[in-house]
Amino acid sequence: MEKRVFFKGWLLPLLLIAPQILVSAVFFFYPAGQAVWQSLFIPDPFGLSMQYVGLGNFKYLLSDPYYRASFFTTGLFSILVTLVSMIPALFLAIVADRLIKGAGTYRTLLIWPYAVAPAIAGVLWLFMFNTRVGVVSWYLGNLGYDWNHVLNGSEAMGLVVVSSAWGRISYNFLFFFAALQSVPKSIIEAAAIDGARFWRRFWTIVLPLLSPTTFFLLVVNVVYAFFETFGVIHTITSGGPQQSTTILVYKVFADGFVGQDLGSSAAQSVILLVVVGALTVFQFKYIERRVHY
Amino acid sequence: MKKISIGALAVSSTLLSPIAAYAETEVHFWHAFTGRLGELVAAQVEDFNASQDNYTVVQSHKGNYSETLNAGIAAFRAGEQPQILMVFEVGTATMMAAKGATRPVYEVMAASGAEFDQDAYIGAVKGYYTSTDGDMLSLPFNASTPVLWVNRDAFKAAGVDPDTDLSTWQNVDKTLTALKAGGSDCPLVTAWQSWIHLENFSAYHDVPFASKDNGFSGLDTELQVNGDAQIAHLTAMGQWAKDGKFIYTGRRNEGGANFRAGECALFTESSAGYAGIKSEAKFAFDVRPLPYWEGVGNAPQNTIIGGASLWVMEGHEEEEYKGAGEFLSYLSSSDVQAKWHQDTGYLPITAEASAATKASGFYEENVGTEVAVIQMTAKAPTANSNGLRLGSFDQIRGIIDEELEAIWSGDKSAKDAMDSVVKRGNPLLRRFEQANR
Repeated sequence: MEKRVFFKGWLLPLLLIAPQILVSAVFFFYPAGQAVWQSLFIPDPFGLSMQYVGLGNFKYLLSDPYYRASFFTTGLFSILVTLVSMIPALFLAIVADRLIKGAGTYRTLLIWPYAVAPAIAGVLWLFMFNTRVGVVSWYLGNLGYDWNHVLNGSEAMGLVVVSSAWGRISYNFLFFFAALQSVPKSIIEAAAIDGARFWRRFWTIVLPLLSPTTFFLLVVNVVYAFFETFGVIHTITSGGPQQSTTILVYKVFADGFVGQDLGSSAAQSVILLVVVGALTVFQFKYIERRVHY
Repeated sequence: MKKISIGALAVSSTLLSPIAAYAETEVHFWHAFTGRLGELVAAQVEDFNASQDNYTVVQSHKGNYSETLNAGIAAFRAGEQPQILMVFEVGTATMMAAKGATRPVYEVMAASGAEFDQDAYIGAVKGYYTSTDGDMLSLPFNASTPVLWVNRDAFKAAGVDPDTDLSTWQNVDKTLTALKAGGSDCPLVTAWQSWIHLENFSAYHDVPFASKDNGFSGLDTELQVNGDAQIAHLTAMGQWAKDGKFIYTGRRNEGGANFRAGECALFTESSAGYAGIKSEAKFAFDVRPLPYWEGVGNAPQNTIIGGASLWVMEGHEEEEYKGAGEFLSYLSSSDVQAKWHQDTGYLPITAEASAATKASGFYEENVGTEVAVIQMTAKAPTANSNGLRLGSFDQIRGIIDEELEAIWSGDKSAKDAMDSVVKRGNPLLRRFEQANR
């Protein structure tokens, strides 16, 4: 049953939601509206003139095979980042949950990477895998594997995924850990008495009880992979080699701020807005059904 | 979102400008230099400010080349632009197309009454920044050109004579084979691959990089990098990469670290690499002219420049333009230029500064520093070797980098890669044409 509160007049409720509406209007609706408006023009970088092109910017983008490929790259990247950041986090949370001694230290250490900004994380990983001075690439070289993410697209993708997911593992760990602590001990004990082993208890009791958290993290991580990994990609690969790590957001930046093509950049923002909107609606409509609160 | 960031930028730039002595006209100068170069620029500005009482130049660093250009553009849109903005050579077409945002340097100079003789500037340097009518639109500030760096010790270690003739790629080819056979792990490395092995390559062999005189005579230009000369060169380099004779390290000057550490025998890099190599290299090195393919085009023609020029922005008081003119005139004076050339390895922008450096005996003491000057000025530039004036050129370079990487990794043939550059780059040129109609 949903809880509802009824107000008598309309002034107080309006007043209460006003700050939120104001913030949304100033920081979301106005700029988003500007982007939609700009996407219909080809302006020059200095804002001296504008050419109305209708849907020309969209036509230009969708006829570009590299832009279409960027959708696939973004999809692959988001799925990988989400998986690589959630599965180890869940595993670590389960292990930490069963710890009796030193749980506090262990937890603190696991949370640390979250404090590292994406761009810094990118540089750290880049140092380790630098083809010339990187520690990891040196070891790989000794093992007979020639690491070169500068020329190899799959290696580049692997590197940006791991660098982006690394800090997120801490974040996800925190939520999974809290959720695990709130699983009632009595249910688990009852199942244990009935003879269910650990993994059986995990699959049939713990995981379903974690589903609201898992769903929340899924949404948050996909949004993270879409928008906040810019720093990692910019520092490690700049979208290369051969556009194999150019995700949609990176292309918005590259076209708008490197190429000074603001029309195309605005059109891409609009497309991105639609994609993320659709994705969120999809997630809430289809995946949330499987969530038990 | 954009509006807000521009606003924030405008606010922060106003807050950050140091307060200068009143009664003097302030001239703001935004540049992209840090480190040693930043110190040298700051010293030039201080020296100018001390030399007269009417104007104060306020210099500020705005990030790397791309970021400085972006800061200038964003500031212009917010009405907070500086009087003088440093723009790298790649942004030249963008600035030239922005009539109404910039004021040509020849006009600024004429109005300021400062002494200004366009013929005093070295043709191949100013050509990049000059209109088709011969008027200088921006002042060349730091200009360099690619040369060949030789690690003599690495040659000896591989049992190859370091004085062997490396003037042609045919000879370099033989030398690379000998170096490889002699046990060198890195016979050849390069920096700035597109600039050196395509842009300069085309000018040096007098073949077009793009139609319409490389974009000088019209916005309706199209890339022509898939010509026979370019494909032959890149095919040879692709083969060298495959044989381990050419080692690829990255798009920018990553290869400099390998060369300065003594790992590589040959290095194609800007003449401005001089300061770094001189201070770090623990081996004997030589500077040679960039090699050319014997019998291809009119090689050796002249090479073109890289670096930045200073643009004067519109929307300021006349008095401020006078100050800007005085400052630019100070920068191009012979003493300042000769010192800049000797400190940095950048080319002198006037013939007088070049002659002054020669007369001072600098070239005898620092052997090889004159190579770049000679290479640039030996022949009068042709329509193919004046420079490049292409819109969205930063992005086109990105495309070229990607396609070159495909050649080095063996994914594509040189022809396929260059055809792809043309196919992907031309739409960007068309969009630039449309935006600046």
